[in-house]
Order: sequence, then structure tokens, then C-alpha cells
Amino acid sequence: MKLKGWKELTPGAVITEAGNAVQFKTGSWRSFKPVWIEENCIQCLFCWLYCPDMAIKVRDGKRAEFDYDYCKGCGICALECPGRKGNKAIIMVEEGK
Amino acid sequence: MAKIVAITGNEAVAHALRQVDPDVCAAYPITPQTDMMQRFSSFVSDGLVKTELILVESEHSAMSSCVGASAAGGRVITATSSQGLALMWEILFIASGTRLPIIMPVVNRALSAPLNIHGDHSDAMGARDTGWIQLWSENAQEAYDNTIQAFRIAEHMDIRLPVMICLDGFIISHSIERMEYLEDEEVRNFVGEFKQLNPLLDLGHPVSYGPLILPDYYMEYRKAQDEVASKVSSVVLEVAEDFEKLSGRKYGLFETYRLEDAEIGLVIVNSAAGTSKDVVDEFRDRGIKAGLLKPRLYRPFPYKETGEALKHLKAVCVLDRADAFGGSFGPVYLDIATSLYQYKKKPILINKIYGLGGRDYLPEHAELVLNELAEIAKTGTVKSYKEYISVRE
Repeated sequence: MKLKGWKELTPGAVITEAGNAVQFKTGSWRSFKPVWIEENCIQCLFCWLYCPDMAIKVRDGKRAEFDYDYCKGCGICALECPGRKGNKAIIMVEEGK
Repeated sequence: MAKIVAITGNEAVAHALRQVDPDVCAAYPITPQTDMMQRFSSFVSDGLVKTELILVESEHSAMSSCVGASAAGGRVITATSSQGLALMWEILFIASGTRLPIIMPVVNRALSAPLNIHGDHSDAMGARDTGWIQLWSENAQEAYDNTIQAFRIAEHMDIRLPVMICLDGFIISHSIERMEYLEDEEVRNFVGEFKQLNPLLDLGHPVSYGPLILPDYYMEYRKAQDEVASKVSSVVLEVAEDFEKLSGRKYGLFETYRLEDAEIGLVIVNSAAGTSKDVVDEFRDRGIKAGLLKPRLYRPFPYKETGEALKHLKAVCVLDRADAFGGSFGPVYLDIATSLYQYKKKPILINKIYGLGGRDYLPEHAELVLNELAEIAKTGTVKSYKEYISVRE
């Protein structure tokens, strides 16, 4: 994103466009990455419910892929995932490995 | 028709605020401001204004409420003195950095410790770099006139900054003087309808106030604020011109008194300037070319114009009713010195600290200083660049 110069700013740092958090891709903060293992997924959508951002996509009522542009790697989805027969459907993998 | 009355400075300013009829006032009582806000709260109780009066538990809360009400989209006022202004400190920067046009009379009083309730400029001088505009007032009339003009300056779409109107505690706030009121309607027409800028309560256009600004943008916001400060002088003059048409009273960035052909001069703000002008007249009668400059717009300080007005003098004394405890000089001295530094030919500049904690400033003090300046102008020798006057050894 091109940074604005001082003449282009709103007085007093007031944000006039609602919902602009989408412009900030916070995925680069991540040090651990959640990985989805589809065969262990029971489609409970706990991960979608618990995600503090909106980094888990749902398509036609079904769990879809992660949105890595916004996933900060907090690991809540992996913790809450009940998995299937003791096998987690989300695991955290160190970034860069 | 102007109405002529005998009135205290606090009452005069309270009436200016009544005539403007702001949307919100959040204030906490402190001597010597108390009686101004007490009078204003009577106007609220008596239904003379429609203002929502918020009674808060401290000045920190008073200024915080003002920030909220101003961001919401209201025309907002408060008033304070001394320790109250000190307690507002943190929020003063939030008001100016958020560009909220809050109006605040400051009835100047000394800071503790030692505890003192009397006239002194330590409070507002300490707040000179908070990003607020400061207008200083010699007497009740100027405090009244500055208060009315402050709304137009603060709310100007190119400015949107908060304004302090400074008047001397007790000397002006509690002494009765003759002054002229404008008619209520004239004041209302002069200040006009309040124009909102990105108000929080405009639900059709949701906005966020107070975001975190990191190193990638913080300097740009500061640069933008500095740029706004550079526009204040011209807006102050434009408003003063309109005010003169209405009232017949002329205001500038500062007042010069017999300064054009002067060789020695005093620089002094607020009430003590009146006493000094009398003494300047006495010196003129004796054939000594004395003059005076009284700053009015003190923040942002008009360095260029002030330097131009003083550069031809031989010797100048800046009288400060506050000290800057940095082992150097009083605050006004530092600004006058800065405004003159760039000129090759400039006056010798000395600093006197006077009147702290309400100590009387008498004609003989101005006389002593002018005699010393006359000697400096003649000999070019300075015995002391900074000195406390009227102090016991």
C-alpha cells in the first residue's frame, strides 16, 4: 500500500471510512501457521466460530480454506478443534519450516 | 447599541459564553476561575442558555468530557486555572492533536508548591507547547472580546484547534472595570452556527476517533499540525478585522504602544501592560523614547512579525510573570530572543521576572526597568541578563 503524505491526511487522525481493517494484511505477524487436515474434519465449524479475526472461510455452509492474509497464528482454532477419533483437523506448524 | 457596565473579568467572560450559548460545558471549580463557571451555571439553571452542563469530579474529567462532546459534534467550553490546568495536561494534547475546537478561558494563577492562589502566568505558560492556541488579555474588555473571537478562530475550517483565553487571576478576574458588552444577537451572528467536522454522532457517516498511529504515519500527522499552526496568524487577523467592524475595537497579533520610533522598550503580557503603558508615557514626557509591545496571540507565536516590530530598538526588557526553571530565562524572553536572533542588527535583550504569586507590579518597577534600559542603550553594558525584581534579599 502506498503511504499517504501529510497533505492527504484527515484532520486529527479521524478515520472516515468504516470497516477499513480489511486493508491491513496482518498475516505477516504470524510465527505459527494453522494447517487444515481435511480427512479429520467433522465440519463442526468451531474454528470459524472461535477465530477472533475472520480468517476461516466458509463456503456453502462448509469449512473452506484459511485466509492467510489475516490469520495471525493465534492457535485458538487448533486448540478448539475436536477432530475425529482423537486426530486434530487443525495443527500449528512453525512458519518457515 | 453597546451596553456599558462596571464588571469583573470573570463576569465579563461568563457573559461572553452566555451570549455564544455553547452546546456543552464540562467544568470543575478552582480559584480564581470558580466564580466565572458559577455564574455560567446560573445561566444554565435560569434557562438563559441551552447548554448541557456536565458536573465532573476533576479537571482531567472536565477536559476528557470536552474532548468527547467536541468529537461528538458540539460547540464545547470549559474554564480553569493553575492546578486544574496542570491536571488537564494529558488531555490538552488529545484535544489539540484530535483538532477539536474547544474554548477554554484560563484565569492565570501560580502553581504549587508553595501553594498560592494569586495571579501569575506559570499555569498557561507551562501549557504553551500543548498545541492549543493562546490569546492573552490585558483587562476585562480584552478577555470578553478575545473569548468571542476565539470561537471563530478555533472553528475556522482551516484551523480546528482548541483555544485558551488567558486573563490574570484576581487582578482582572475579580476587579471591577468599565467595559462594553455587545448585544446578544450581535455576538450570536458574529460567531455563527457551529459547523461540524466528522462528528461521531452523524450515524449515516460512521467515523473512528483516536486511532493508534505508528512510526509510519505519526510524523505526517505532526507535520500537518505544524502546518495548521502556521495558518493561525492570518485567521486571527481576519477575525479581528470583522470584530473591529462590529465593535470598533482593534486587535492584532500583538499591541504596540509608542514603539515605532522607540529606542528602549518593554515586552509584557496581560494586566501589567496597562501599568507599564502609563510609565512609558511618563518617560516620553521626559523626552525618552520608550515604547511597549504586548503579545496577544502567544501560541502559535508570530515570530516574524514580532521580530520586525522590535528589531530597530537599542535595548528591550522582556518581563515574565513566570520563570522557566531550566536555569535560563522566562518563557516570553525565550520567544522574543528567538524572534530577534536572525537579525544582524538587534536590540540588547534583558529579562526580568516579576509579580510571581500575585506580587504587585507597580509603576516604580516599570520605571526602574526603563531607567536601566536607557542606561544600557547609552553605554551598551549589561549588568545582568536575567533578574528577579521586587524581591527581598
